[in-house]
Parts: sequence; C-alpha cells; structure tokens
Amino acid sequence: MLTLEEVEHIAALARLELTPEEKERFQQQLSDILDYAVSLQQVDTRAIPPTPSVLTLRNASLPLDSNYAEPANALRPDKAEPGLNTEDLLQNAPSAEGNQFRVPPVLNVE
Amino acid sequence: MTDLTNLTLVQAQRALHSGECSSVELTRACLERIARLEPCIHAFITHTPQAALEAASQADLRRARWKKEGGSMLPPLLGIPLAVKDLLCLAGVRCTCGSRILENFIPPYSATAVERLLAAGMVVVGKTNTDEYAMGSSTENSAFGPTHNPWDTGRVPGGSSGGSAAALAARFVPAALGSDTGGSVRQPASYCGVVGLKPTYGRVSRYGLVAYGSSLDTVGPFTRTVADAALIFEHMAGYDRHDATSADLPVSSTCLDDNADLSGLRIGVPDEYFIAGIQPEVTNAVRTAIAVFEAQGAVVFPVSLPHTQYALPVYYLIASSEASANLARYDGIRFGARRDADNLFDLFSRTRGQNFGAEVKRRIMLGTYALSAGYYDAYYGQAQKVRTLIQRDFDKAFEQVDLIAAPVAPSTAFRFNEHLDDPLAMYLEDVFTLPANLAGVPGLAFPAGFDSAHLPIGMQLMAAPFREDILFRAGHAYQQITDWHQAAPSLP
Repeated sequence: MLTLEEVEHIAALARLELTPEEKERFQQQLSDILDYAVSLQQVDTRAIPPTPSVLTLRNASLPLDSNYAEPANALRPDKAEPGLNTEDLLQNAPSAEGNQFRVPPVLNVE
Repeated sequence: MTDLTNLTLVQAQRALHSGECSSVELTRACLERIARLEPCIHAFITHTPQAALEAASQADLRRARWKKEGGSMLPPLLGIPLAVKDLLCLAGVRCTCGSRILENFIPPYSATAVERLLAAGMVVVGKTNTDEYAMGSSTENSAFGPTHNPWDTGRVPGGSSGGSAAALAARFVPAALGSDTGGSVRQPASYCGVVGLKPTYGRVSRYGLVAYGSSLDTVGPFTRTVADAALIFEHMAGYDRHDATSADLPVSSTCLDDNADLSGLRIGVPDEYFIAGIQPEVTNAVRTAIAVFEAQGAVVFPVSLPHTQYALPVYYLIASSEASANLARYDGIRFGARRDADNLFDLFSRTRGQNFGAEVKRRIMLGTYALSAGYYDAYYGQAQKVRTLIQRDFDKAFEQVDLIAAPVAPSTAFRFNEHLDDPLAMYLEDVFTLPANLAGVPGLAFPAGFDSAHLPIGMQLMAAPFREDILFRAGHAYQQITDWHQAAPSLP
C-alpha cells in the first residue's frame, strides 16, 4: 500500500495539485493497480531485452541486447525549413506579449 | 432514391461518380440526420456544418468542371463526409481532446491522416467525442459529457473513440477517424456494431494525433464495411517524414475479390483469448464466425500466445509512463487553460490539478511513479521486457498462421456508471485489444452477431505487421456471406 506521503511526492513530481479526497482515493486506487502489476515480477526476464519501440527491434538487424536505436529513417537533413507561423502559435497562449509567452517570476529574488 | 445516409463509403463514391446524388445532397442528408439525432447520441464535441457544406459545394463544382472539360483524375473520395476524432488536429478548428484544458485550443496545422483524406476530397462534418486524451473505454471520461450507444442509449458506445463509432452506427457519416492505443478503435467498433481498423504501428502517420502513449498510438478508420475500411485506409496510410516512427514502406491498393473463397488461409485461434469470465454469447458468436471462415476454405487450428495474461499490467505501466511524459506539455504556458499563481510551480500544479479529469490524473500519477527513481527497473523496465515476450509470442504465431481470430472485448456494451468507480474493471474491457498494440500488429474489428439484449458482438482478426491486406481479404469475404454489418439500430 502506498503511503499518503508517497502519493503527495508523486503528485509534486507530476505537478498535480490534488484535493485531500483525491489523495486518499488515488492512494487506494494506485495501490490496487500496482498490486495487479506485481504478477510481472514473476516473469523471468534476465535474458530479455526491453522493447522501447516495436519498430526498432523489427526493422533493423540490431543485436538483440542493444537497448535503443534510432529507426533508420528518423532524421531529415539538418537544413532550416519554414516552420509554423508565430502569430498562429501565440494565439493559443493563455498570456503573451509581443512575440513571447508571459509567465510569473521564475526566480523570487529577495 | 434511398436514404443517402445509408450509403457505405464505396456506395457513396459510386453514387457521386454516376451523378445519382451530389456531394451537397449527401452532406446535407448527413448534417440533417446529425441535427435530428445528436441530442440523444452526442457523438460530436464540435460541429462544422458551414465548412462542410462549403467544401461539398466546391466538390460538386470540381466534379461538374471535370465532367465537362476532363483533365486529371478527380480525388478518389471527393465530396464524401467524414467525422474526425477530437484527438486529431484539423487546422483552424478547435481540438479539445475531450479535456477542459484544451477547450479553446485551435491547432494551426492538420494531422497528416486528416490532411491526406482532405486531399482525397473528403468533407469534414465535425470532431467526435472521446475519453479525455483517449484515456478510457466508454467516453464517460470526456469533459464534454458521454456519448450514447445508438443500439441502446442507456449504454456506453465504448471508447475512447466512442463518438466516431456511434457516428457510424447512427448513420451520421459513412466514415470516421479514431485512434487506437490499447483498443480505442476496435472496442467501440465492437460495441457499436461497426468496422474498426487498428493499423500496424508506423503504418499511418501519428503527426497531428495528440500524443498519449507514443510507442502504442495508431490512427485508424471506422466504417460500416470492411471494403470501406480498405478504401479509406489506402488513402491515409504511408510514409510521412513528420513522424519519425513512420514506416517507409509502400502501400498497395487493395483489390478485394468479391468471391468469398478463403482456401489456404491459415487462421489461428489462441486459447488465451477464450477464458472464463467472458460473456458466453460473445464466445459463441466468435466461434460461429470462425466456423464460417472454415466453411469458406480457411484452415483453422489452435495457436498459443502464452504471455497474454501479462498484457494488461504491461500496457498500463507503459502507456501511463509515456502519458506522464507526453502530458507534461500541458503546463498553462504555451497553450491551453491556465490557473494563475504567483510562482511557476503553483501555476503548473493548479493548472493541471484543476483542469485534468480523474482518469488522466490517475494515469499521470501511475506513470510518474513507474518512472521515478528506485521504481523504474521494477515497473517500467520490467514492463518493457515483458512487452518483448508478448511481441515474440506474435512473431512465433505468425510463422504458423496468417491470421489470429479472437473476441474484441469480453462483453457487449455496458451501462453508464457501471465501471466508473473501479478503474481495474474498466481496464479489463481492453484485455483482448491491448496485445496488438504492444506487439505493433494490425487488428480489424467487425460485427459477428448480437447478444440476447440485441447488442452488437464484434470479432477481431490480427495479422503480421504490415499485412492489413490479409485482414481486409478475410473480413470482406466474411461480409460477402453474412449480414451482421448491415443491421442498423432503430433510432427515431
């Protein structure tokens, strides 16, 4: 069972403000889900590589013990191309000024 | 003339070509039906009727000019209405993802799948309802209220692409787009008695599909026939340089044979998908359908996918982990809603805490935990390794068979609120669809019967990666000699 402190720690890592009721509910529900996942610990995976993407292991003739590889077609030539329009993008900002997003102070200097 | 809203995609294509109807007539028929029945279905979050009629009339002009003057070929799906799940961007039309946090978000670009269907001439009538960020199996997690199943409006349409599935069943449109991360096209297709395709991972570009679980996400179509699914799939699939995981393989045009002979086709039936706890009517319908394939010449024998039981925990650890990273972008700075605060940490936490729904928060929490220091290896790392075993199960099976036949979901559509307080029970609805996402293989859901409450039962075929053509061939052959897909719900 997760402790309430663990729930609060995860919520802080995830930047989620939770109500006391939510914390209590998630404590129970996340514990149930994690209990259910315990069955995975029974599987012997000592010789098994992880699958980060189904494409990596299938497409390339990679050694099976390599943990990660770029799909062969992942990168385009490193050449500047026109991107999306700044005005269109800023239109969705909750707060903007000129060509920039507005945010509260990042550093609180005394 | 028959009711235009009953036309399948293939029939609509023919009717428009022969001049039997115009695109404006077809689009108007769809819009009128939506306007009349939407109050009891709620398939859409955003309607775009003016833009649809405008596009339809442009399509008619273009066709008229072509008939008079000839010239290059017309776009293949010119003037045919389409609904798009509200998780795929359409430039200039708000994309909510079923979330309060994106209630007013206007994407400045379109998803590649949408863009390609627009280029093929299709006319978008609206954006369909979804569980928030595609996290759910019933559309009850939509911040804009649930969609109702056209077969019984007291029941869910499935999810997360429940709006698109219901739109097909209610004859609102001949085709719709959805996304499938763990079953979100196939399960609602099954609950609503329509056809749903989850393509091979990498087959259809994910560019412009709002990310949930990036190693699992796929974009797939809903239609009322398998032939329609093959037709629309051909025009949305293929390499896209905007998606780094897009597969650079050619897409061949699917020529479907109208003879129903499946001689030589090898179909595997995995014991692991016919377990206790499934609604017996579902098992019976799927077994009966398998017997139909056998009668059509297919060879049926048992196969084993021994790691099936681990798919559910593997999926929820991997999908939630990826979601917790993907949803970090909703921070109230660049787009979406914001809750102000006098420092950044509180702004982030308040914005996210007050705008995300319960299921989204639950999965972000689960993923954050599974990725956090000290737990990564035991949860996320172990899940990725067991995922390899699940994928190998499929690789081995497809050395012996061309297709795997299974139920789509353990039951038919359930009632509202039945699973809302029990996330695990809700997750179990996806137990037969998750493995295909983990292995990256394509899956096709189509109607195969009804239960005693007259709710549709779906069955699922899965094929080796990039072999959607075999799914279409078998599914189409099945629909040549069965008529489950022609049944329509009785709506006012």
